[in-house]
Amino acid sequence: MKAYISVFKLRLINGLQYRAAAFAGVATQFFWGIMHIMIYEAFYTNAAIIPPMSLKQVISYVWLQQAFLVFIALWIRDNEIINLITSGNIAYEFCRPCSLYGFWFAKLTAQRLSGALLRCFPILIVAFLLPEPYKIVLPDSVTTFLLFIASLFLGLMVLVSISMLMYISMFITMMPVGSMVMATAIGDFFSGMIIPIPLMPAWLQKIAYFLPFRLAADMPFRVYTGHIPPAHALEGIITQLVWLGVLVLIGHIAMNKVQKRIVVQGG
Amino acid sequence: MKLYFKYMSILLKAQMQYRASFWLLSLGQFFVPFSVFAGVYFLFERFGNIKGWTFFEVALCFGVINMAFSIAECFVRGFDIFSNMVVHGDFDRILLRPRSTFIQVLGSQFEFTRIGRLLQSIMVLAWAVINLSVNWTLIKIITFILMIISGIFIFTGIFVLQATLCFWTIQGLEVANIFTYGGKEMAQYPLSIYKKWITRFFTFIIPFGCVNYLPLMYILDKIHRYEYLYMLTPLLGIIFIVPCLFIWEMGVKRYRSTGS
Repeated sequence: MKAYISVFKLRLINGLQYRAAAFAGVATQFFWGIMHIMIYEAFYTNAAIIPPMSLKQVISYVWLQQAFLVFIALWIRDNEIINLITSGNIAYEFCRPCSLYGFWFAKLTAQRLSGALLRCFPILIVAFLLPEPYKIVLPDSVTTFLLFIASLFLGLMVLVSISMLMYISMFITMMPVGSMVMATAIGDFFSGMIIPIPLMPAWLQKIAYFLPFRLAADMPFRVYTGHIPPAHALEGIITQLVWLGVLVLIGHIAMNKVQKRIVVQGG
Repeated sequence: MKLYFKYMSILLKAQMQYRASFWLLSLGQFFVPFSVFAGVYFLFERFGNIKGWTFFEVALCFGVINMAFSIAECFVRGFDIFSNMVVHGDFDRILLRPRSTFIQVLGSQFEFTRIGRLLQSIMVLAWAVINLSVNWTLIKIITFILMIISGIFIFTGIFVLQATLCFWTIQGLEVANIFTYGGKEMAQYPLSIYKKWITRFFTFIIPFGCVNYLPLMYILDKIHRYEYLYMLTPLLGIIFIVPCLFIWEMGVKRYRSTGS
């Protein structure tokens, strides 16, 4: 366990070094947020029927998406791991005296955590200071806030466990980018990145609820805005725990199987 | 120009070596704008229209911008990854050669997998055109084609400007994405839906308005005076690349003079 914690710490500190890139990223994300908010605002001005999510909630949702993008974006790839797999140096990794699954899990989580920590505060602070209606709402109660934090971090781990499965699949397919681009396009869509899940048509929402992608983004953000009330939030957290357990288990088993029949590629 | 086509065919052959990867990547490149477009579709399903524009009108706008972007992206990739060239010192080799730096950087990389996005935008355009009740006169068709060409020139210009930044700094270049990817996302919708100052910026400074809003109004018969002016606005978009090339040459001179 100690090994995983130290990997986590190292990667966290490492990631926090990249300040210039983070600053540029914040500016880009801020622009993205404002743009999408303006688009939603334009749609909402003509709304004939009352939409299932208020404009204020959508605006907060967008800001949370941008602030915590590194937590929720499936398309962020770790090139170190990809290079290890495709170059064959993975053989050295397998010699470590700890589980590679745990090692990589800690690493990926720390990377996303440090990336998000660098970027979320500037975006959130500005989002709080914006004039109405562009500003982000405050959560209604301490309970809501705590539930938000819990579901956000659990969601991050669910996402990491999904991405672990994608890296493990690379052992078999040997194609770093090709298979991932499609999976990430689908995953991102069903996590509410393109449009919030409540704004999807009913039949599509059913599919979204069936999949785990929404648990990293859509669910925590709606807990924050109160769109998901605390009682349902607790149910959601339990769902997150169950999915996390299942995905980690599958990941472990898959990793072990792959280790056994590994094909070391190239020199 | 011949040189450029030679570069292109070499890179195409190289990229086609990894067949499966190529097609999978292209498929992925199809799905990304497809999912964005699906989002637009569902929002229209729920809201009906956006500030007076209907779904198929926005789809036309969407298709034109994405088509222009995908073509520009495919051909101008060399500028997109220009920072790598500067960092590794490869640009010095290019300076030594007796050919235009612009053509060489242009030919340094192609990304043929962008064909996925191109295919998606063609499908969107076809769908929009079928469903719009527009009287397609010859002039409107020419305007339409000019819109796409103009868009390609504008995006090329922005990519060149983005690369020119590399002559001054290599840090924080990600900000330029606001104008390339950000500009594309923004121009997918008719600019009139945004706040006035955005519309003005993207008409006069980076002339997306010449590709998106102004000629679109003409095609959809939304304006009834000075029609010929609206029709000619894409040409202004094409001219945008001239200052961009000037700035590029300024950047190259500066790079040379710092004696690297």
